[in-house]
Amino acid sequence: MLQDKIQDVFNEPGCATNQTKSAKEKKKGCTKSLKPGAAAGGCAYDGAMIVLQPIADAAHLVHGPIACLGNSWDNRGSKSSGSQLYRTGFTTDLSELDVIGGGEKKLYRAIKEIVQQYDPPAVFVYQTCVPAMTGDDIAAVCKFASQKLGKPVIPVDAPGFVGSKNLGNKLAGEALLDHVIGTVEPDHTTPTDVCIIGEYNLAGELWLVKPLLDEIGIRLLSCISGDGRYQEVAQAHRARVTMMVCSQALVNVGRKMEERYGIPYFEGSFYGVSDMSDTLRTMTRMLVERGADKSLIDRAEGVIAREESRVWRRLEPYKPRFDGKRVLLFTGGVKSWSMVSALEGAGLTILGTSTKKSTPQDKERIKKMKGDEFHQWDDLKPRDIHKMLAESQADIMMSGGRSQFISLKAKVPWLDINQERHHAYAGYDGIVNLCEEIDKTLSNPIWRQVRLAAPWESAVSPALTAPTMAPTMAAE
Amino acid sequence: MSHIQRFPSAAKAASTNPLKMSQPLGAALAYLGVDRCLPLFHGSQGCTAFGLVLLVRHFREAIPLQTTAMDQVSTILGGYDNLEQALRTIVERNKPAMIGVATTGVTETKGEDMAGQYTLFRQRNPGLADTALVFANTPDFAGGFEDGFAAAVTAMVDRLVEPSPVVVKSQINVLAGSHLSPGDVEELRDIIEGFGLSPIFLPDLSLSMVGRQPSDFTATSLGGVSVEQIRSMGASVATIVVGEHMRIAGNALELKTDVPSHFFSRLTGLEASDKLVRLLGEISGRPAPARLRRQRESLVDAMLDGHFFFSRKRIAVALEPDLLYTVTSFLADMGAEVIAAVSPTQSPVLERLTAATVMVGDHSDVETLARDADLIISNSHGRQGAARIGVPLHRMGLPLFDRLGAGLRVHVGYRGTRELLFEVGNLFLSREMDHDHHAPHGPAHGPGHGAEPHGEDAHGCGGGSCGCNAG
Repeated sequence: MLQDKIQDVFNEPGCATNQTKSAKEKKKGCTKSLKPGAAAGGCAYDGAMIVLQPIADAAHLVHGPIACLGNSWDNRGSKSSGSQLYRTGFTTDLSELDVIGGGEKKLYRAIKEIVQQYDPPAVFVYQTCVPAMTGDDIAAVCKFASQKLGKPVIPVDAPGFVGSKNLGNKLAGEALLDHVIGTVEPDHTTPTDVCIIGEYNLAGELWLVKPLLDEIGIRLLSCISGDGRYQEVAQAHRARVTMMVCSQALVNVGRKMEERYGIPYFEGSFYGVSDMSDTLRTMTRMLVERGADKSLIDRAEGVIAREESRVWRRLEPYKPRFDGKRVLLFTGGVKSWSMVSALEGAGLTILGTSTKKSTPQDKERIKKMKGDEFHQWDDLKPRDIHKMLAESQADIMMSGGRSQFISLKAKVPWLDINQERHHAYAGYDGIVNLCEEIDKTLSNPIWRQVRLAAPWESAVSPALTAPTMAPTMAAE
Repeated sequence: MSHIQRFPSAAKAASTNPLKMSQPLGAALAYLGVDRCLPLFHGSQGCTAFGLVLLVRHFREAIPLQTTAMDQVSTILGGYDNLEQALRTIVERNKPAMIGVATTGVTETKGEDMAGQYTLFRQRNPGLADTALVFANTPDFAGGFEDGFAAAVTAMVDRLVEPSPVVVKSQINVLAGSHLSPGDVEELRDIIEGFGLSPIFLPDLSLSMVGRQPSDFTATSLGGVSVEQIRSMGASVATIVVGEHMRIAGNALELKTDVPSHFFSRLTGLEASDKLVRLLGEISGRPAPARLRRQRESLVDAMLDGHFFFSRKRIAVALEPDLLYTVTSFLADMGAEVIAAVSPTQSPVLERLTAATVMVGDHSDVETLARDADLIISNSHGRQGAARIGVPLHRMGLPLFDRLGAGLRVHVGYRGTRELLFEVGNLFLSREMDHDHHAPHGPAHGPGHGAEPHGEDAHGCGGGSCGCNAG
């Protein structure tokens, strides 16, 4: 059953990469086979948690041994404006006896305890490798619990060993499609209801975008899943338009919502000035096409004009400071793209970017935009990055937390632009935040100091080579 | 002496806000204290990713950690091929001195025969004989962080240490448990070297996890005890075993090498430090250095100055078993009352704890038990619950992701004990100084807080000890 699901997810017509593959390649799926001893990255369960955990008022229960939750809980920066229940880590913490005797009863008891104690609108139950091996049927337990307790209990069947984080994202999307989306009707609908998929409100980023939507008159009916509420996610099928952020990860959800409910979707991004404006334009245009009032477009243009002129004005002071500064940008796929144009607008030079997660089409697009001199690295080893930085081929590296020490140990400024970051970079204000963070880091006085030779390294003490200050003073 | 209350373990099916971390993670930390080592998890790649992120957040260091990347098929058919491929790839790419393997829930559920796989690998790969290999069984579904650390240390002793025909009079072994931070190990080295002895720490995190600045990029641990040093532990004059969870490794070492071992349940506190200093004096035949004598005086003075703020304070502690024992014993030494001691896992050391309630539990249990406490001592995960019940949190243990220098705090010896005394004492002192001076003071401290909410008014500042009357 899980295998069917995975095949279904792999055979995604909405995915451009998939469309260029042969039938045989399609069946193999998009998971690159991992090389033992040289692999990095999260598992499918990790990916599923990333997608669903931001649903803030739901309880998230991990059915597995302690490693799956005990080592990982409380480590993501997805913010909620209300319920904080999603930050509570629940696990069945399977023991040896559960491995031998099966953990289904314990799972049911755990669900029951959570429902009785916390009364959440729903419980998400995550399958992991060990109970998948011993054969715990979480779908059956969830169904039983749902009936008994009168609450939605949603099985998320994405045990770690089935594949990568990306596959886990998709399987989480399938769980929403199968069990959540379409199960609740909204009190009322408007012609400007939208659903945003793939935005997780990291560091509160959604809150930099939502006020603009409000001002234009667009109602965010449902966000999957940043600052999410279960009821809102369950109402997503009544949206008029769906926006896919970071499209590759949850393209299955957007496409199937179109298939099932006739909701058109588009790919957009909140990162970078022009991408943000494009997103607002596309969203309003599509809403109007589906019957929303035409004035929506004018209001959007008004907001865009105001925000753009404001943001460029605010970026102006950074330009002389950023002149000649070279950036190494390492992020997955689309997101980096949107940032490049904005950073260049602020006067930075982008040396190159990793394209490990990009599609051939993406790469072509990058080539067209940037020319041949722009570097695209497919599989740059940490050692090579370190070498580039140590030889000061770049002034700052921007990447995820995993690679921060490559930069810091080379004594080169580094900025976190991944999921553990503490600053919000989305929307127009976000890009100003980003430039401020870059400027703060670049101009910090430590960089000169930490590169100084130790007293025992330099042959002659700087005090002695300095224009004989000490003797002069002594003479006075 | 104390009424020990234990909750039946089956009372709760859902562990809520877990305190427990997995065995392989503990094993990884132990391996990271070996020079040029690469720890390898035999399991799915997510196991490694989670462990890596947690250690990176705590130490703020690059953490070398690899995976055999088991998928569904290899999980069912057996993981030897993945293991062999991973070991070969690692040797080829990173040339480590040692690879430390830890099994996970996935490979343990399948029941991989690790001893057999070791032999098979050695037979099939004679060219890799130069790379030390250590395998530890560390299932995710049994035990916890401390047990995994212990399993890896025991495995290193079993695999690497050799008996020696000669004894090096000045060489001493220290089996340093997971409750000792890299900073603690550094402090112990200082103390031991003060007696003219050269210690070999297993593992030695003070050389690897203290903020090294490599001249080139390394994919293995940088610094730590070398494999050669571990092999030579049989030539030492004695072994100091620190922490209950190091006892098995200590016994294994003594059995294998005849080096006599000396067990220390803790090295924090005046008496515990005295015991260590006395032993080092006996082994070395040297008097305690002047520096240590001054530190002892200073600690005694700190105890005199600080005891006002500890007396009868009600404290809940939730830490890994041996650190839990260390901290609760120290608090008891200072006259504080440990109202709850929560451990993530079972351990023989729990029997010796001095606390009103001792239980195996999680952060939600702490939240329940600490409602009228003056302080909670736990890791960074404790902050959510502490905030909900409005009790201050002092962070100790692992992970500490919201504090700098987590790995470098020192709590052993005279100086470390004094540091801990000041850290905790200052929390109480500042609360007494900051309190509302206009509010009527409650009655002097009774033995037990009764119905007083949070004990806000119930500190013994009537004697002017805290200087608050000056306001």
